Amino acid sequence: MIDKFVASVEAALEGIGDGAAIMVGGFGAVGQPNALVDALAARNLRGLTLIANNAGGDFGGMPKLIERGAIARVICSYPRASRRTAFDELYEAGKIELELVPQGTLAERIRAANAGIPAFFTPTSAGTELAAGKETRRINGRDCVLEYAIEADFALIEAWAADRWGNLTFRRAGRNFNQIMAGAAKVTVASVHRRVELGALDPDRIVTPGVFVDRVVLVPEPMEGEAA
Amino acid sequence: MEGTVMRRGWSRAEMAARVAADIPEGWVVNLGIGLPTQVANHVPAEREVIFHSENGILGMGPAPDAGAEDPFLINAGKQPVTLRPGASIVGQADSFAIIRGRHLDLCVLGGYQVAANGDLANWSVGRKGVAPAVGGAMDLGAGAARVWVLMEHCTREGEPRLVERCTYPLTALGSITRVYTDLAVIDITPAGFVLRDAAPGVTPEQVRSLTAAPLAIG
Repeated sequence: MIDKFVASVEAALEGIGDGAAIMVGGFGAVGQPNALVDALAARNLRGLTLIANNAGGDFGGMPKLIERGAIARVICSYPRASRRTAFDELYEAGKIELELVPQGTLAERIRAANAGIPAFFTPTSAGTELAAGKETRRINGRDCVLEYAIEADFALIEAWAADRWGNLTFRRAGRNFNQIMAGAAKVTVASVHRRVELGALDPDRIVTPGVFVDRVVLVPEPMEGEAA
Repeated sequence: MEGTVMRRGWSRAEMAARVAADIPEGWVVNLGIGLPTQVANHVPAEREVIFHSENGILGMGPAPDAGAEDPFLINAGKQPVTLRPGASIVGQADSFAIIRGRHLDLCVLGGYQVAANGDLANWSVGRKGVAPAVGGAMDLGAGAARVWVLMEHCTREGEPRLVERCTYPLTALGSITRVYTDLAVIDITPAGFVLRDAAPGVTPEQVRSLTAAPLAIG
């Protein structure tokens, strides 16, 4: 019997060590796997690379992870929050490295890793500081920048509902980076709000098939009027 | 009133309304964070414009009533929003396929500087040691079928934001075709800036004097 559910967030993170590259889903506070990030912070790791859209965010467990000095390098598009965060302090002190990537390029580099595409050309950022040092080629009359897939050791994502095969559905804007990060890392861990029986999810409505998911952990956060 | 104020220009709400007046029914439109987000407030509900948000929403509606917020539904500025009938949700790869694939009729961005050649600077003022943030600005600048900029005509210090060449780090090259400011609506043509409309009480000469590149009167 295939059953990708694990008993706890700690079990879901088994195998993450110092120096790992970790993708974390979410856009702003929506779709961020908070319980997994909290548990990751509690492991007191060092030298992690964090791949996330809002790495400087002041929500969920992210500030704790950054304050504790677990992160050596951040790959993200928007490391800024409405107020000053631990990320800003570490960045200004030269204690955290930042690779700033346009949001769509970040998404496509993650998708590429999942899809077995090692690199691609995009017109985004051509001629700007963010293309400095990158190969640029003129394609169909437009300058395009060569961008490489981002591979990671772990992808920590949040979904709405899962069955034991790891098939996932998402809720509203919670899909964001979670859909593309599933399968882009060696191990994909999904935190879900609802567990449903195998067969209960309409195959037409499964957004992420379980083939992209290795471990699932149930983190119920009751929501009014919501069914799986 | 005449003579008592050097120049009055449009208020921020009027600037947003001025942009909204130029958006026809049927367009798919992305609004940047800050003032551009307010453009949606001035598009009447019966005019069907499909608003896209880069976190993966097509058919975004207005802000919800207090207490009716859905914790899973925010816009790119991370404010709570609603969905209109007909709305759909996509993931990040598809959301940016919509952007880069020329499926947006229009994107309205804020700006620090716009140059006479259509270059835009809006993501960084190049301060050393301060973490820069870019979000989707470069994808939108390179990808939308039209990119308009909505910004104050001058900085707080009175420096023109419409310039011959941008001095701040570029967001996108040669993409901008129109700029809406508190003083005027200006097109960017192969020949440079062309004045299309001036705010009430603002003369073309005043706009020209506050624009740091040649301005043709259209």
